[in-house]
Amino acid sequence: MIDESAPGLGRRARHVLCVLIAVWLIIPLFTIIPISFSGLKSFAFPPKQWTLDNYRNLSDPVWWDALKHSITIAIVVSLIATTLGTLASFGIVRSRSRWMGAVRLLILSPQVVPIVIVGLGVYLVFLRWRLVGTMSGFVIAHTVMALPLVVVPVTASLETFDRNLERAAASLGARPMAAFWQVTLPSIRPAVLTAALLSFLASFDEFVLAFFVQSPSYSTLPVVLYRRMSDTIDPSVAAVASIQLTLVVIGVAISLIRQRRIERADQARVT
Amino acid sequence: MVTIPVIAVLGVVLLYPTSEILRRAFTEFDRPQVGGWDNFSWFFSRPVNVTVLRRTVTVSAAATLITLLLGYPYAYTMTLVRPRVRTLMMSAVLISMFFGILLRNFSWIVLLQKEGALNDVLSAFGVERRTFLGTQGAVLMGMTHILFPFMVLPLYGVLRGIDRRLVAAAESLGATPRRAFLQVYLPLSIPGVFAGTVLVFVMSLGFYITPQLLGSPQQAMISQFIYLQFDRGAAFGRAGAMALVLLVVAVVIVGIAQVLVRRSRAYGESR
Repeated sequence: MIDESAPGLGRRARHVLCVLIAVWLIIPLFTIIPISFSGLKSFAFPPKQWTLDNYRNLSDPVWWDALKHSITIAIVVSLIATTLGTLASFGIVRSRSRWMGAVRLLILSPQVVPIVIVGLGVYLVFLRWRLVGTMSGFVIAHTVMALPLVVVPVTASLETFDRNLERAAASLGARPMAAFWQVTLPSIRPAVLTAALLSFLASFDEFVLAFFVQSPSYSTLPVVLYRRMSDTIDPSVAAVASIQLTLVVIGVAISLIRQRRIERADQARVT
Repeated sequence: MVTIPVIAVLGVVLLYPTSEILRRAFTEFDRPQVGGWDNFSWFFSRPVNVTVLRRTVTVSAAATLITLLLGYPYAYTMTLVRPRVRTLMMSAVLISMFFGILLRNFSWIVLLQKEGALNDVLSAFGVERRTFLGTQGAVLMGMTHILFPFMVLPLYGVLRGIDRRLVAAAESLGATPRRAFLQVYLPLSIPGVFAGTVLVFVMSLGFYITPQLLGSPQQAMISQFIYLQFDRGAAFGRAGAMALVLLVVAVVIVGIAQVLVRRSRAYGESR
């Protein structure tokens, strides 16, 4: 209905374009699902023989170990990055120091510095510190990549937070820590949870850094997937991809439905 | 105070390793290079390096331009449609993004190969089967698909905040819709365009997986060359020199973009 007030600019052409873009974004991902049931060692589409073998092959300990490593690392990274990033966001938003601009730039720089450069450097240094192929090595490296994803939403949320609420809590006798836990944290909680989720996903999906940190005996799911993808035609990659796609679709659907419900509740309160 | 842990972590895991690899450009040499700026003269004396550097910049610029041309109308439409449609449009972007970079490359391998779905469609129209993998088109297709969400999300963040009443006001004062869009809406959206463009461009400069999996050596990008120096000969000095060249290119181009945006804003305000 709002759209009617914005005619011109080739509205119909724009809508057609948007539908095409959405199809282009999504359809390629779903072509993997039929491939995952292919009985032949090929990615021919559609499969000529159907089987569940590709899913049965996932019981191979290689996949299970990689998955276990990826999930453990992602959970630890998410906890560390969210804690450190939230602390740093407080510093950036609250401190009057001139240095905070530089700190923010430093935290965001992993998004800007080409990742291969960081990866090579990390490899050199980790080799010396015996961190290559260890869980700590992965956790430390992935945390660096996850920090920007924490600091961006949390600083944004802190900037809109009304500090008078904290002052009110203090005037009612709350100690600074109590005010933080009972007043500040609850109101920035959505941003912190988003940050935790994003850093989990970033760690789970991290490939280039992981490629430099991995060893044959300890690696993560993306590294194993990449090896299987580039060496041979292995339809179990398609099985992993289908599982991941299903989880992502469910996850995005749940979070968007929840968000819509919150928005609708807000609107109901306003009107 | 609260920022100290983050600064410590980033100092040790980001700054130190990165400076370490860049330092090698001046301290580590493979014959016939012996010292000083030799690694850089090696880099620029070999035409293949320069070609790859130039290709990296061109392909990144092309990928950025395409994602902007597709992403702007998409984000713009998202600000106008009903909430339900907007949720659908957003979920297409988020599903694609969270599916992961590696697996999105995999879906393009499946689609673009000789037995792939694209060839199925084309052969139905009588076009002979051929593999699209290993072409520049395949690399660009994969890159734009992966980068699209990183363009749309910052763009949408800015477009959502633009007050449409300003456009309505311009129209009520006699501006045609096209003119109101070009002179009122577009200038207000420049910060979003800048944010998305810089993020996508710099990410493209460092792309490794997509040209590796969808391209052939004829589409090699600089990250692959940096990795090769390390992988084939542990030539850290040469890798460091390439990394520094890439970093300088990234910083210079982002700097130019920033100056241009600042100037256009100053121009807009002076009128």
